Amino acid sequence: MALKGWKDIPIGGVIDEPGKAREYKTGTWRVLRPVLHEDKCIHCMFCWLYCPDLAIVQEQGKMKGFDFDYCKGCGLCANVCPAKAIEMKPETEFLK
Amino acid sequence: MEKVYEKKALTGAEAVAYAMKQINPDVVAAYPITPQTPIVEYFAKFVADGEVDTEMIPVESEHSAMSAVVGAAAAGARAMTATSANGLALMHEIVYIAASTRLPIVMPVVNRALSAPINIHCDHSDAMAERDSGWIQFYVENNQEAYDLTILAVKLAEHEDVRLPVMVNLDGFIISHGVEPVELYPDDLVKGFVGEPKPLYPLLDTEHPVTYGPLDLYDYYFEHKRQQIEAMDNVKKIFPKVAEEFERTFGKKYDFVEQYKLDDADYVMVALGSTNSTIKYVVDWLREEGFKVGLLKVWMFRPFPKEQIQSILVGRKGVIVLDRSASFGAEPPLYEAIKSALYEAAVRPALGSYIYGLGGRDIKAEEIRKAFEDAINGNLIVDEQRFLGLRE
Amino acid sequence: MPVNLMQLAKEFDKKDPGITQGHRLCPGCGAPIIAKFVLMVAKHLGYEPVVGLATGCLEVSTTIYPYTAWSIPYIHNAFENVAATISGVETAYKALKKRGRIPDKKYAFIAFAGDGGTYDIGIQSLSGAIERGHKFVYVLYDNEGYMNTGNQRSGSTPPGAYTTTAPVGKLLPGKAQLKKNIVEIVAGHENVYAATLSLSEPMDFFNKVEKALKFDGPAFLAVLSPCVRFWRISDDKAVEISKLAVETKYWPLYEYERGVYRVTRKPRSFKPIEEFLKAQGRFRALLARPDAKDIIDELQKYVDARWERLLVLEEATKDKPIR
Repeated sequence: MALKGWKDIPIGGVIDEPGKAREYKTGTWRVLRPVLHEDKCIHCMFCWLYCPDLAIVQEQGKMKGFDFDYCKGCGLCANVCPAKAIEMKPETEFLK
Repeated sequence: MEKVYEKKALTGAEAVAYAMKQINPDVVAAYPITPQTPIVEYFAKFVADGEVDTEMIPVESEHSAMSAVVGAAAAGARAMTATSANGLALMHEIVYIAASTRLPIVMPVVNRALSAPINIHCDHSDAMAERDSGWIQFYVENNQEAYDLTILAVKLAEHEDVRLPVMVNLDGFIISHGVEPVELYPDDLVKGFVGEPKPLYPLLDTEHPVTYGPLDLYDYYFEHKRQQIEAMDNVKKIFPKVAEEFERTFGKKYDFVEQYKLDDADYVMVALGSTNSTIKYVVDWLREEGFKVGLLKVWMFRPFPKEQIQSILVGRKGVIVLDRSASFGAEPPLYEAIKSALYEAAVRPALGSYIYGLGGRDIKAEEIRKAFEDAINGNLIVDEQRFLGLRE
Repeated sequence: MPVNLMQLAKEFDKKDPGITQGHRLCPGCGAPIIAKFVLMVAKHLGYEPVVGLATGCLEVSTTIYPYTAWSIPYIHNAFENVAATISGVETAYKALKKRGRIPDKKYAFIAFAGDGGTYDIGIQSLSGAIERGHKFVYVLYDNEGYMNTGNQRSGSTPPGAYTTTAPVGKLLPGKAQLKKNIVEIVAGHENVYAATLSLSEPMDFFNKVEKALKFDGPAFLAVLSPCVRFWRISDDKAVEISKLAVETKYWPLYEYERGVYRVTRKPRSFKPIEEFLKAQGRFRALLARPDAKDIIDELQKYVDARWERLLVLEEATKDKPIR
């Protein structure tokens, strides 16, 4: 993102674009990647609840998967899953 | 047509509190400290009697006073506070934040010496320590000016091309506790002049959420500071307009500086604050004896009105600067500013620096006269630090 | 009506809680989870949150200019003054509402701060705001050190934990002092709701957030926030360590409401404090010391005594509010 000059930014250091952090894809930090074993998932929503990066995708209480744009691979989802339905694998396995 | 309104004998503190009453800000958060305390006391009584409907926060320290006022102003409220000396020093961190966050806060400062040793009397060390903070700074000569400039400050601070906080400095005890007649304007006139606040980026507007106080790395801090410099430059363009509207509304004329008997003055004294009254007396005294002397009273210290001062002082025979504060290890602040302003003057006057009045030390007419005489007798030494009223 | 997890999940599957993706907190950090929980409950109950945040991990990592991970109104002022700042915001709301200059919305004024900005430099501001009775919720995310600047000791650091300013060395065993009991300090203000919360007990967490939001006065929520970096635990352990903290009586879950104590989780069996210490690398140097056993025993005695005291307080103050 090109850096702006002093005339082009709001005064007072104010950021007037809420949620602009979404432009920063923290998924590039990942060293481990969560993999869902759908057959084991009981849709308890614990992974969604605990993900620090809001990277669990669910629809109306049904687990769908992960938002790899933001998932940092911390493994909390796998750790809290009562059904052991999430496995953390090295990100290198998914590099093209 | 000069309209004159009812005058009342008031202390400077009561006059300032009265101005605050007529402004009727949304929020006031203040912590008492001598000699500012009566301002808070008078205002608290107005609140308790329902004469204002300001929400007043009895904060537990000056640091919290400025913090609360920053929070309130960011939320979209017109917020004020007041302090002195060590109270101002305690809120120093947040004073900078208020200016860099561009919040139009107005704060009367009752000037008192900074510790140590602890001293409750008047000098300008407290406000001088904030001269780099990004606040607009006025110094007033008397109770009327304290009242007037508190009202004017609100309009200046909130101007959309300014949006900077304003400090109105009044000498501790001399102005704050001394009784003088003050012409008080009708409530509706003051209310009409200050108008309704138009906050920029109010926190309480949940439709347009904003983030205040982010972390700047080295890629943006410089640009944010450049914006503040621009705002200070704008003050020099906007203040005359605000002062003109003030004159139209209330009949009083304010400017960056006041020129007292300067038309043909060879020797000019420059000073801030209440001492200017005594200097005017001495100017009259010397003029009766045929000396061509005058006074340049500085009203606006920040932004420093360099251009005005240059044009007024160029070509004079001698300029004597009185500072009521010291900058240890360097020349005192007003002197330094005046000398620097005259660097490229076509004809540079002789210059002399006098520190006086620290810790409330009284300054006598005879002492001021002596400084003028130094100038008249060609006895000014630009690099020599002199003192008035100091026991050797 | 207690907040229900499935309800929350269905409400927030697409809805933004107020903190967004793209923040730069460490993988597995407890702080954004805490912020997410608090904001979800607030929004679920119909509040419009306005957040104040003290300088620290959460603040710095969510607002690196020009990015902000906050989609709700947010103010950071300085390190020690979030309570005073929020006091100003809350008072501005009262003033502007009274004068009809803002539409009447159901705001929730929420101050977040770490232990640095709460136990130490921020304690004056917190105390003043509580004493004045502002209606706000103060959420402490307690990671037991000045973690944002690299793990310096705070008044919240437990004894024996490794910090750079109180390291475990050849002579000294790290921080000698026990943690300040911040909830008791806040409870000392009497006219307040104060509680300890844990990520490992989400229902208890949500209930307490709801109580805090609905409390007609200042409310203080202390949440243990495991720090992956400086507690030397793996990225996925925040919830596990929180659970261990509750089970070893290190972080008992209780609440104080205007004089009445209530212990909200009474585990059927407890684990020894040593398990809590062993699970974290920050105690490794302590555990390797020859006098480690004595220090552990002292710590065990403390958590046992403190637990007993809580039970006694619960009994003694039952239905006896003092304000």
